[in-house]
Amino acid sequence: MYDMGTFYEAKSVQEAVELRLAHPEADIIAGGTDVLVQMREGRRAGKSLISIYGIDELRGIRLEDDGTIRIGSLTSFSHITRDPLIEKYLLCLGEAVDQVGGPQIRNAGTIGGNTCNGVTSADSSSTLHAYDAVIELTGKNGIRRLPIQEFYIKAGVVDLRVEDGEIQTGILISKDSYENTNGFYIKYAMRNAMDIATLGTSVNARLSADKKTFERVRIAYGVAGPVPLRATTAEQFINGKEVTPENIEAFSKEVLNDVHARDSWRAAKDFREHIAVESAKRALIESVRRCGGEV
Amino acid sequence: MAQYQLIHFTLNGKPVEKYIDVRASLTDVLRNDFSMTSVKKGCEVGECGACNVLIDGECYNSCIYLGVWADGKNIRTLEGLLGPDGELSDIQQAFMDETAVQCGFCTPGFIMTAVEILESGKEYSEEELRKLLSGHLCRCTGYENILRAVTKVMKQRLKKS
Repeated sequence: MYDMGTFYEAKSVQEAVELRLAHPEADIIAGGTDVLVQMREGRRAGKSLISIYGIDELRGIRLEDDGTIRIGSLTSFSHITRDPLIEKYLLCLGEAVDQVGGPQIRNAGTIGGNTCNGVTSADSSSTLHAYDAVIELTGKNGIRRLPIQEFYIKAGVVDLRVEDGEIQTGILISKDSYENTNGFYIKYAMRNAMDIATLGTSVNARLSADKKTFERVRIAYGVAGPVPLRATTAEQFINGKEVTPENIEAFSKEVLNDVHARDSWRAAKDFREHIAVESAKRALIESVRRCGGEV
Repeated sequence: MAQYQLIHFTLNGKPVEKYIDVRASLTDVLRNDFSMTSVKKGCEVGECGACNVLIDGECYNSCIYLGVWADGKNIRTLEGLLGPDGELSDIQQAFMDETAVQCGFCTPGFIMTAVEILESGKEYSEEELRKLLSGHLCRCTGYENILRAVTKVMKQRLKKS
């Protein structure tokens, strides 16, 4: 038995918003792979829960009329990886979430839960930052959309307004963000399965038609700061430059202007900085290859 | 005050219903209300895979799945693999033949993941199988024999079809 207070179950988004307004003290539970573990540990002991896991309208991935890819917040990691739209346009995201936990965790865990937790190590989050994802929240005043970088406030805290009864309902990636763009995610961890990233690096690139120039490179890190972050100095450095090994090498060193690595029991600051540089380089090289370029 | 909820679901092919405590995990429900003791209580935080069951054809650690979520679902446990006279299924037999079992605690969970893998009807490489089986801890066998048992049945079934 879980040490749980009262249990509420929402069957629709509308119902979830109403329950949230009526019971602001209750925690939202989606796939449960974090909430139930924390309840077992005692961190959420005695808490009441509002389950949104049964809201099927929040599952699935679809292409909107303007070409935006919409990922329902309750879509599980394994369904994201196997989705044909993701395989075609956002392979890098599918590969990133295929590195969360183990197979059973990926069947249960949801991308909405992964981002609402506000943790820096979430495997989906660095790639969503690198693709300028937009978070869609639904509350009593209707829908509110904001860039993922604004959604993350600080470690473990996201801009989800309980007083407005908000829940996260979708994650959107615009056509301009994924079109002619290929990316690569590197999770650095001690084990291949059931581990949390020491550092997560997500890079994507768009090359010029002749594949010789970087038109747009974006890079985001997990665990390089209290929340996932973009390495904007490195991005500004490489954009418009020629695709050469020297430029890629220099780009990878630039990331040190942006990352705020720290010492923790998982890794020392120096080591994190080392893998930040090395992963930036390797992920950009792989992104270039996926774009059909040569290095 | 305890809060109860009526749930209906399919358990190993049979429709069942029960009033359950909302605080119960699916592991609690399967073990205590339905005597499905193949569903082991290991770590109880979703890491070891001993409580793994199939829900609508996909593997879940039932220790971090609320019992009330089972409502309307099709749930399968190791008990559902036996034939009408208690005969072992091919994957259970292979675990015995390949000595993929020692203490046996992780075995039901591993076998249910193997069932999901085998029912996909796909042929996986060794590397892919290792990844697909990576959500289970076994402290006895060193995993090699487990991998061998799953590979053997995968090949047998593909040959037959």
